[in-house]
Amino acid sequence: MGLKRNVSLGTGLRYKGGGPMLVFVLHRIGGLGMATFVTIHILSSFFGGDIGQFANQIYENWVFQIFIFFFVLFHAINGLRITILDLWPKLIPYQREAIWVEWAVFLPIYALAAFVILRTGLAGG
Amino acid sequence: MASKSRNLSITGRGLTNFESIMWVFTRLSALGMYALILFAIIGALIMGARNNMNMADVLRWGFMPNVTHVASTDVPDTAPFATPFWKLVASALLLVATAHGVHGLVVIADDYITSEGGRKIVRLLSIIMMVSMSLMGLYIIWTS
Repeated sequence: MGLKRNVSLGTGLRYKGGGPMLVFVLHRIGGLGMATFVTIHILSSFFGGDIGQFANQIYENWVFQIFIFFFVLFHAINGLRITILDLWPKLIPYQREAIWVEWAVFLPIYALAAFVILRTGLAGG
Repeated sequence: MASKSRNLSITGRGLTNFESIMWVFTRLSALGMYALILFAIIGALIMGARNNMNMADVLRWGFMPNVTHVASTDVPDTAPFATPFWKLVASALLLVATAHGVHGLVVIADDYITSEGGRKIVRLLSIIMMVSMSLMGLYIIWTS
């Protein structure tokens, strides 16, 4: 692979990709986050002990759950959009519209879940 | 050229190398995980989750149908959740998810690491991680 890039990180950050770029970046961050989450969760379940319990306590905390649920749900819904558009390539010209549909599906589900987690969390549940 | 090849059908693009096969695998495994998670959620509802589990507990079971994930709920008897059948479903989900995840890590490494050697190292580390996580996960599923 003759990969050669003459683009610096600063130029990359200033790239104005708009909506599609935003979902691309969120999909990446969410994927990396889940890989980290699952790895630590498997390690803590496998080895147990004090450190394992400490890790699992963080995962059960409602602040962490609001955070991780955003990325898991976004990765799942955005992944479904990518899969549908890639398996039916005739839909690719409509990808901006598909991204609007994706947000319309994601935001109500996430808002409801975040509300429930927040209410239980603040009630000390 | 870019817009033309993008609009070709799946078969028209040709699955000639490892990367394009993995490209398709990433999409299909996403659908597979949707199917497995829905299957586990429906199974939990049939096994009485609708009276004894809240939505978060059902989802936690859905994302990994391992019996320890229902241990802290109000389900009176966790035995139906601990059958070899659900261990097989959990193993399938674990293996599909790690395979999907490791290719994601490799793609991200390919995008941001410019040196050939660095990409090889990250590729190797990702594969080692995938294999060890699969084995540890299988051990946890079948001994819990």
